[in-house]
Amino acid sequence: MLTYTIRRIFQTIPVLIGVTILVFSLMHLIPGDPAQIIAGEQANQEQVEQMRERLGLNEPLPVQYWNFVSGAVQGDLGNSIRSGRAVSSEIGARFWVTVELALYSTILSIFIGLIAGIISATKRGTVTDSLIMIVALFGLSMPNFWLGLMLIQYFSLGFGWFPVSGWGSPQQLVLPVITLGTAGAAIIARMTRSSMLEVIHADYIRTARAKGVKERYVIYKHALRNALIPVVTVVGLQFGALLGGAVLTETVFAINGLGRFVVDAIRMRDFPIVQGSVLVLALMFVVVNFLVDISYRFLNKRIELD
Amino acid sequence: MESPKTIIKVDNLQTSFYTDKGEVKAVDGVSFEIPSGKTLGIVGESGSGKSITSLSVMRLIQDPGKIKGGQILFNGENLLDKSEAQMRRIRGNQISMIFQEPMTSLNPVFTVGDQIAEAYMIHEGKSKKEALRKALDMLKLVGIPSPEQRLKQYPHELSGGMRQRVMIAIALACNPELLIADEPTTALDVTIQAQILRLINNLQEELGMSVMLITHDLGVVAETCDYVAVMYAGKVVEYADVETLFESPKHPYTVGLLKSLPRHDIDQEGELEVIKGMVPTPDNLPKGCRFAPRCPFASDICADRLPELDELEDNSQVRCWIYTDEWDGKSGVSVKDDYGTFASKES
Amino acid sequence: MAETVTSPNKEVKPPNPQIENLKIVWKKLKKNKIAMAGGFLILFFILASWIGPLLTTMDPSQPNIPDRLQGPSAEYWFGTDHQGRDIFTRIVHGMSITLYIGFVSVALGCVAGVFLGLISGYYGGRTDTVIMRIMDVLLAFPGILLALAIVSVLGGSLNNVIIAVGIFSIPVFARIVRGSALAVRKLEYIDAVRALGASDTRIIFKHVLPNIMSPIIVQATLRIATAVLTASGLSFLGLGAQPPTPEWGAMLSAGRNYMWEHPHIALFPGLAIVAVVLAFNLFGDGLRDALDPKMK
Repeated sequence: MLTYTIRRIFQTIPVLIGVTILVFSLMHLIPGDPAQIIAGEQANQEQVEQMRERLGLNEPLPVQYWNFVSGAVQGDLGNSIRSGRAVSSEIGARFWVTVELALYSTILSIFIGLIAGIISATKRGTVTDSLIMIVALFGLSMPNFWLGLMLIQYFSLGFGWFPVSGWGSPQQLVLPVITLGTAGAAIIARMTRSSMLEVIHADYIRTARAKGVKERYVIYKHALRNALIPVVTVVGLQFGALLGGAVLTETVFAINGLGRFVVDAIRMRDFPIVQGSVLVLALMFVVVNFLVDISYRFLNKRIELD
Repeated sequence: MESPKTIIKVDNLQTSFYTDKGEVKAVDGVSFEIPSGKTLGIVGESGSGKSITSLSVMRLIQDPGKIKGGQILFNGENLLDKSEAQMRRIRGNQISMIFQEPMTSLNPVFTVGDQIAEAYMIHEGKSKKEALRKALDMLKLVGIPSPEQRLKQYPHELSGGMRQRVMIAIALACNPELLIADEPTTALDVTIQAQILRLINNLQEELGMSVMLITHDLGVVAETCDYVAVMYAGKVVEYADVETLFESPKHPYTVGLLKSLPRHDIDQEGELEVIKGMVPTPDNLPKGCRFAPRCPFASDICADRLPELDELEDNSQVRCWIYTDEWDGKSGVSVKDDYGTFASKES
Repeated sequence: MAETVTSPNKEVKPPNPQIENLKIVWKKLKKNKIAMAGGFLILFFILASWIGPLLTTMDPSQPNIPDRLQGPSAEYWFGTDHQGRDIFTRIVHGMSITLYIGFVSVALGCVAGVFLGLISGYYGGRTDTVIMRIMDVLLAFPGILLALAIVSVLGGSLNNVIIAVGIFSIPVFARIVRGSALAVRKLEYIDAVRALGASDTRIIFKHVLPNIMSPIIVQATLRIATAVLTASGLSFLGLGAQPPTPEWGAMLSAGRNYMWEHPHIALFPGLAIVAVVLAFNLFGDGLRDALDPKMK
């Protein structure tokens, strides 16, 4: 287990380097002169040169990359071009909002997805099963920003149950979390169902029945534990998808998180902020996937059939 | 073959599967009984319905299968009349079962100890601690070395033979009156096979239970069983005590099976005789005797009408026209002696 | 060289389940009513994107201020938007844009991903490691974020969205193809073909690729659904198709300030997205069941 963890860490390192290279390159991949584009079209030559100086674009590329990475390691991601404030503190102020949103949504999608998937699997072929799977398919096929707009339309403006926007109070959490969690719930429900159906025909389930175990325990004790193992990987990927999806959800609900921040920065061509936010989100995803992999391995180690 | 006490009597059991293509009769009117403390072997190729028969006795037939008719009298009570809750109290308690695949029959996410202990907790209401202590005794009983350690291990840490011993421990935990063993040694190495069979035999004597052994291997039957039922395509074709069956087999199918056994006592010339063709699938059965298409003796009546299971003078039962007055084939044939000549003539 | 290797009694015939089982696949697919519904919906949408614009009489982009923000009626089936344009007409015209984004971006990602995956899986070793590490890097950007980062560099436009979504799909294909290529490479007949002197290119394209078509087709279908969702999201953020293009995500974005009082503005473009995505998901699911029941 330890060797696997160490090997997995060594596998993650090139990915981390690749991520930093890609994020660093963002500014250099801009067609044309990045300094000119970032300074704006009406900027004169002097202003463009100032911008170049400020972004360090006149240094050789390897030096620039080194500065970028060493700065990032020390928590220095440069300064915003528009506000002049440190990118790291700007991100810090919004980071936890996005983490909270993604985390609650993940929890919701696991909760709903598991229950729906189990019900669907145990009632295979019934109307309930079809209904759940149809709803799941819709959940999977809906753009989450549109779902958010519809929820606001009916539950905020229509019934007035929840606030239209913002983040913090419990009421404010409900709609964004549903918006972001729906697709994940659908995916987990489908995954759980097929995993359960596979497990339910396993020989050891027959053994449990032959032992006289109650059907309820056959499902919830003997089958579910095994069925959950593949679902764990999906949960990790889901968390990542939710970090990405937060961009849209935060925009719809005007939540002051990292996702909306990065969109605004793209619109204003504030590249240090784009780079910093994208880097932080990607790193978070890499770390979560790493943890999921390790725990999957841990769960799987016991069941590996030689 | 009468015995004072019969532990289980299966009468005209019919189990069918309902598929898109219609009803498939996997078990079609099977009857047998097992006297207390004895072992019945149910023999047949795969597809003969022997496993479905055993699962029917446990009432573990899953959708789209259904037990359509007949009786399963266990200690005189019909199991088919029991509620699911009543059946649960019988399963793993009075009737237990072990399966062919020890590698996949144990739940990978629970320890060996937990899986044995569960039986005690369900049927005897023991606490977890007490159940685990009894589980340890069971591991010792089935001859697993360093049982204290094994108790805390997961199935993947055990070899196939060890896992089958664990399965036996689970099955015998609550001292069942009847053990159903469905090909318990097929998936194991030859040396392990003998150990497991010996273990089952010894424990049977020690605990005084009856055994229903499902197998395709007549060699196993000869070593362990008191009675034998030979199944073919969902029906019993021959039913006898083990000595009678091996000394004077009646049904051409049984004879074919015996001929295909490798023998150590005599020098065999050439290849083993193998029954040609395949078991018909239950959705595509011949009209007459189900063995007729593969039978070297088959005559007109065999292709036309299904024979009954008739009792002969030596108390054995056979489902074959040759032993009836209606037989229209060559008179005076001896299935046992003439099988080779007939079979080779045909090919 | 490669073309000269055909031996007298033809080449060693590879078992090609895809072609041999095509009839079986079609049979299975036909039985799956839901998948067939998805397939017909897709056909209908493609037809509608061609013929639809010819049948609508109103202009999709010309403002008609006097009739702005009208609810659904006999004249304006889905109502009008904040500039008085008929939403139904705009949705019909937007259909071809949506399908174009879906098909082209997935085609880009598919071709590039399959190419990289084949090379990776077939050659293995260092090539494999390098390519797969690069794919890992691309996959490290969660969800829409990679497409977002690409658009941030290229600037927001329809074509850039297609490129971004295409790149976003590459690693998915590369991974699937690599796995399958690895498995196929180990089959004995590939050794036999190689022993006959076939070149790597020939083996890859004539023997490996046809054998891994099923997962590619299934993934491509499902991926179109994802591509449409991602692209509409980018347009909604104002980083994709720009007004007055009748792209559905852009329509939702432009109508946002008016939708609270006039819900039909957001309802119909959204339903249109759902319908298209649903059709591809349904069909993809059905294809997967028919082509490769083992795939998840």
